[in-house]
Amino acid sequence: MARRIGWAALLAAGLLLPMRVYPVLAADILAWALFATAFDIMLGYTGLLSFGQAAFFGGGAYTAGLLTQRLGVPYPLNALAAALAAGLLALPLMGLAIRRRGIYLAMITLAFGQMVFYVVNEWRSLTGGENGVQGIPRPALGGVDISSSTAYYYAAFPLAVLGLLLCWRIVRSPFGRVLLAIRENDVRTETLGYAVHRYKLLAAVLSCALSGLAGGIWVINHGFVALDAVHWTTSGLVVIMVLLGGMGTRLGPLVGAALVLLLRDFISTWTDAWGVVTGTIFILVILIFRQGIVGTIERLLEARTRPAPAPAPAVEEVASPHRS
Amino acid sequence: MPDAAAILETRGLTMDYRDFRALEGADLRVQEGTIHAIIGPNGAGKTTLFNLLSGLLSPTRGRILFAGQDITGHPPYRIARLGIARSFQITSVFPHLTLLDNVRLALQAGTRHGYAFWRSDRVLDQFTDEAMQILASVGLDRLAGRPAAALPYGQKRALEIGLTLALRPRLLLLDEPTAGLSLEDAARIMEPIRQVARNRTIVLVEHNMGVVAALSQRITVLTRGRVLAEGTYAELRTRRDVIEAYLGGAA
Repeated sequence: MARRIGWAALLAAGLLLPMRVYPVLAADILAWALFATAFDIMLGYTGLLSFGQAAFFGGGAYTAGLLTQRLGVPYPLNALAAALAAGLLALPLMGLAIRRRGIYLAMITLAFGQMVFYVVNEWRSLTGGENGVQGIPRPALGGVDISSSTAYYYAAFPLAVLGLLLCWRIVRSPFGRVLLAIRENDVRTETLGYAVHRYKLLAAVLSCALSGLAGGIWVINHGFVALDAVHWTTSGLVVIMVLLGGMGTRLGPLVGAALVLLLRDFISTWTDAWGVVTGTIFILVILIFRQGIVGTIERLLEARTRPAPAPAPAVEEVASPHRS
Repeated sequence: MPDAAAILETRGLTMDYRDFRALEGADLRVQEGTIHAIIGPNGAGKTTLFNLLSGLLSPTRGRILFAGQDITGHPPYRIARLGIARSFQITSVFPHLTLLDNVRLALQAGTRHGYAFWRSDRVLDQFTDEAMQILASVGLDRLAGRPAAALPYGQKRALEIGLTLALRPRLLLLDEPTAGLSLEDAARIMEPIRQVARNRTIVLVEHNMGVVAALSQRITVLTRGRVLAEGTYAELRTRRDVIEAYLGGAA
């Protein structure tokens, strides 16, 4: 019962969000919450620390942006195409990257992210290089008018919620249990008869496709996309959001994304150095509450009830290249 | 013996690490339905042999045959699905998962449910009864809801055996199941193994000679990566080279 009330409150908060903050920021929170939650399938639930997720978020953003600007593909088809493109891009890139673990996986994915960045930067005829893709209109299926930011928020909301529900289902499915086992002990998972590489690849492709969907939702919100979407700082930001909110928890990435964006918006009204403030908060949270905000709250609640079936791992457990 | 059916056979199995030969031309025949012990001093190549048999390593040379099929170089998951399950010398379970989920995951491994990312994890409920039986057989059913990390060492070893039994394998590879256990704990672990052994084949790496003598029908002695001798406990216990190799290495 308490759980139902909690979900209803969250849904209500989502629906009322554009009345509290301006609608473009609200839709940004939707997109980044989906991006962070999708990334946590890899980071928190499978133990895959990727530092190249901008390739999939940004790749999705460019795909949706270009399809809309050049071919007039309407919403939500443009956002769904972004998911498809990011998933297809993940197939070869993550297929190679998941052959390594821990810090080596982080380095390879960082390198792949940089490769995508340079391709986007150099392919000016398609991507506009440093100018990016500008003036992306907001056509919608069935001629619905979503040109106002508020209308777009309510158009993006169901799609983002569907994406979040899919993320939450994935981590609470039979497949998700296998991912947890892989996170805990991949050699043992393999010797039980699970093809660990295929599981990791499927997890990565699903995660990246949903990140692409988030990129699609994000780009249609802004009407333009530039190089920062595929820059490594975007990859870093999503890692920070997940760790801040609590990886391996259902609401952690969402909370982390909302918090970072609201802080950035609030702080940037009086200084450009918002990164220093969010960075400091991030370091403090990780030093004091290693399991992030939601992870720590869950732990405090569980201490009063019974032991958790699958508590979130601490930061260093995922980051360390254990068992070579 | 070549008349009896060998469920597992290795031919000239050789494993080189960078500048170290861990296993050299090992020929092994394990008869179906027996408990076959591998003994030898530390560094004799026992764990390397297990890593080769379970697919965690690929041999430099040589072949591995299981039930007449060449499984050399197969990935571990495929070997497990063919019916070879192993336990680990260093306890290898899923620490943050409950005991029930540890075993249910092992049971699910034989099905296709693992890829069903769109289904609820209640799919796993169909394995609960069987998992509880397995936990009961290793004396852990009362702790089913606890995370594995909360168990003391002896019970983690029991869970390790439980995971292996849950795979219902034709061939069990047990890597020092009693390592670091008290006599009582060792006896408690050997009981479910004995139960299972009635209609299965077990290859057992073990240092405890009491366990080896009590359980195994055949024994292979490894030393420095080579097969030194093979026979029954009665045959081997008086052989001078076996005693020297074993005691010399252990001393």
